[in-house]
Amino acid sequence: MEIKFRHDVDSVLEEAKKQNKPVLLDFSAAPM
Amino acid sequence: MWPDERVVRFVNENFIPARVHVKQDPEAFKKYGEKYNAHWTPTVLELDPNGEEFFRAEGFLPVEDFLAQLMLGRAHMDFKKGKWDDAEKRFREIYEKLPNADAAPEALYWAGVSRYKAKNDSSALKETARAFKTRYADSSWAKKASIWS
Repeated sequence: MEIKFRHDVDSVLEEAKKQNKPVLLDFSAAPM
Repeated sequence: MWPDERVVRFVNENFIPARVHVKQDPEAFKKYGEKYNAHWTPTVLELDPNGEEFFRAEGFLPVEDFLAQLMLGRAHMDFKKGKWDDAEKRFREIYEKLPNADAAPEALYWAGVSRYKAKNDSSALKETARAFKTRYADSSWAKKASIWS
């Protein structure tokens, strides 16, 4: 089980509006 | 903190998750860092469906404190929208499930306010002030609630 972070922020923001769902935006420097 | 199962479940249930990585995508970090005034990592923002920030957590936190912060932000979103019952439920869940988290006293305070808003009944505030006498009595939130007793 994991969080599937997306990296296309503009698309996420558009989708959030359509789905009326909040966005969690993580600014990270952690090793990936 | 991200691999924790409780954090994963809460994020997946409540948000569309997105990440901007400072090293892997510096252009995106510059673009969205400026847009959302995020110039340090880790910075975690909760945005409403219109992309407006309503909560942020900056800096590392242990898992339970981090999860409580995320829950607190989501509860505040319902509060700001006037969803008093939903907000109260979310605030109460924080101090019931994570009673030792730093955010727990704040959650207790706002749970009382949410109930007051929902019922327009000042007894909700008095009950909250009483609750602070037995838990989190040394917190700044207990001081804020003391005026209700």
